[in-house]
Amino acid sequence: MMAQKTVLRVVTKLLVPIIVLYALYVQFHGDFGPGGGFQAGVIIASAFIVYGLIFGTADAREVLPSWVTRIMLSLGVMVYGGTGVVALLMGGEFLDYSFLAHDPLHGQHWGIFAVEFGVCLTVSGAMITIFFTFAGHVKEKFSGAEK
Amino acid sequence: MIEALSHNMTASDPWLILLVVVPLLSAPLCILLRSGIAAWSVATAVSWVVFAIALYLLNTVMESGTMIYRIGGWDAPWGIEYRLDAVGAFVIVIVAAIGAVVMPYARQSVAAEIPAERHYLFYAMMMLNLSGLLGIAVTGDAFNLFVFLEISSLSTYVLISLGSDRRALTAAYRYLIMGTLGATFYIIGVGLMYQMTGTLNISDLATIMPAVAETRTILAAMAFLTVGISLKIALFPLHTWLPNAYTFAPSVVTIFIAATATKVAVYILLRIVFTVFGQVDIFAHFPIQPVLMVMAIAAMFLASLSAIWQENVKRMMAYSSVAQIGYMVLGVALATETGLTGSIVHLFNHAIMKGAAFMAIGAIIFATGAVTIKDLEGIGRRMPLTMAAFVVAGLSLIGVPLTVGFISKWQLVSASLELNMWPLAALIVLSSLLAIVYVWRIFEVAYLRQPHITEHNPKIVPLSMLIPTWILALAGIYFGANATFTLDVAHAAARQLMGGL
Repeated sequence: MMAQKTVLRVVTKLLVPIIVLYALYVQFHGDFGPGGGFQAGVIIASAFIVYGLIFGTADAREVLPSWVTRIMLSLGVMVYGGTGVVALLMGGEFLDYSFLAHDPLHGQHWGIFAVEFGVCLTVSGAMITIFFTFAGHVKEKFSGAEK
Repeated sequence: MIEALSHNMTASDPWLILLVVVPLLSAPLCILLRSGIAAWSVATAVSWVVFAIALYLLNTVMESGTMIYRIGGWDAPWGIEYRLDAVGAFVIVIVAAIGAVVMPYARQSVAAEIPAERHYLFYAMMMLNLSGLLGIAVTGDAFNLFVFLEISSLSTYVLISLGSDRRALTAAYRYLIMGTLGATFYIIGVGLMYQMTGTLNISDLATIMPAVAETRTILAAMAFLTVGISLKIALFPLHTWLPNAYTFAPSVVTIFIAATATKVAVYILLRIVFTVFGQVDIFAHFPIQPVLMVMAIAAMFLASLSAIWQENVKRMMAYSSVAQIGYMVLGVALATETGLTGSIVHLFNHAIMKGAAFMAIGAIIFATGAVTIKDLEGIGRRMPLTMAAFVVAGLSLIGVPLTVGFISKWQLVSASLELNMWPLAALIVLSSLLAIVYVWRIFEVAYLRQPHITEHNPKIVPLSMLIPTWILALAGIYFGANATFTLDVAHAAARQLMGGL
């Protein structure tokens, strides 16, 4: 698609790991400052979206086939809800993180960490799915209709 | 404050949250399993577990009063509180019961109507829908209610669009636009109330509301809430999304949403009018009573008239639903204990009869592919068992004694007589005559005409579809002959709503 744009291709290749690294920073820094699962999820998704824009959606889909994004989408919800259920099993109320560890402070830490991880998974999965749905499937459908 | 402190004392019953969490988490599980039959097994098991939990909760609420759950251990009004009272408990039993009956029916019907590779997604959506509808009825937080409203609505749009007819996409899109408008209006109303009261907790809203009830902001909030919820209820003239959505959705989806979704929307209306504005003389401040009553009567007559002219059976039943919604809203508009009892008991009764009717239609579609009245000629002789279930449901729609339909109409007629509104009682009876006309059209075609001579007989309807159909049909007779249980619960719910919180 953009085979001739060497600069774009090289810069994108360089940028993608940095974007993901920054997303991880936002993810893990979420407890102390601005950031968290949603923002990190969007940033991770943007790494794949920029890859898809430059190298074409077909290549990007090879990296993340639809079954992977579906697993991301559903696993994130499972992690979030599961954290609540674990808190319930540990004797607290649903999503009461204080019960997740012996020390309530640690429990709160673990709880928010797990929940944010779930949010990150689902949000990045959703963003990537939305992008591919609009960018990829439309073309497939049109070529199918012509036949 | 004092109330908030006393919440600390009451132990949170974990089943209250599990009612929502179990179906919610089973949805991603269905997707992870990636197999239609495994997803169906999970969904069916979950729907039965949820029904058992709902029955337990109803029992507890009827015995020991309102239940409360503090999510994350946060006290209301700071945290999100789940609060289940009699009316909520009745609604969750309706939703869970229909879910438990529909899921066994779904396997064969879905296998016939939806491509196999989408089955697991279908069941995931059903579970999301179930948890959304249940969540609306248990939550004690106006914003959380919006979230559940969106969960149930978004999954409904997807479910409708899975219909095999291509027009299902347009129907789903239309419902998406109308439903989103409704939800947006609801959230605007909640936002305006939040501006005036600073709280989103429903019982807290009810406490603060009398102080601010006469402001223009609250008047606007009330207007937005009424219109938004009416869109979701499909109250005439805001019902235009409903006939197509019911007609082109897969059979299972039609059964489930016809029996539950609009009921839950009526529940939201009850919650807003009688709980949030429970301590305000709402009918003196806002002209909500005449508006609701006129719309309800218009729905009863105009939708029944439209039903008479329909050629598609599903669409006929859809218009009949719009008419029946009229009865539910009429009871709300009467705003007496008897009227509300009629409304609330009709939520249950209509769920049963419309569920049975759509299940019978789904079985006929499964066996013959017939959807128009003309295709049904002589079907009573070719599929006697299925059609007999439809007859029971049809009699119930008319309101024949010994069917559930009679119970609700009797309540509504007595409520209007209590208020000395004779013309209204006459209108209720008159509108039932219209139901006779459209139901008779089907009976006549099905039983008094010769079957088409076709080379192939209808497919045999499997027991997994026939038994659920008959469970609902027999429930329609049982609760019509012995309405003590349903009326008791509905009456307790009405009393609680009339007495504020």
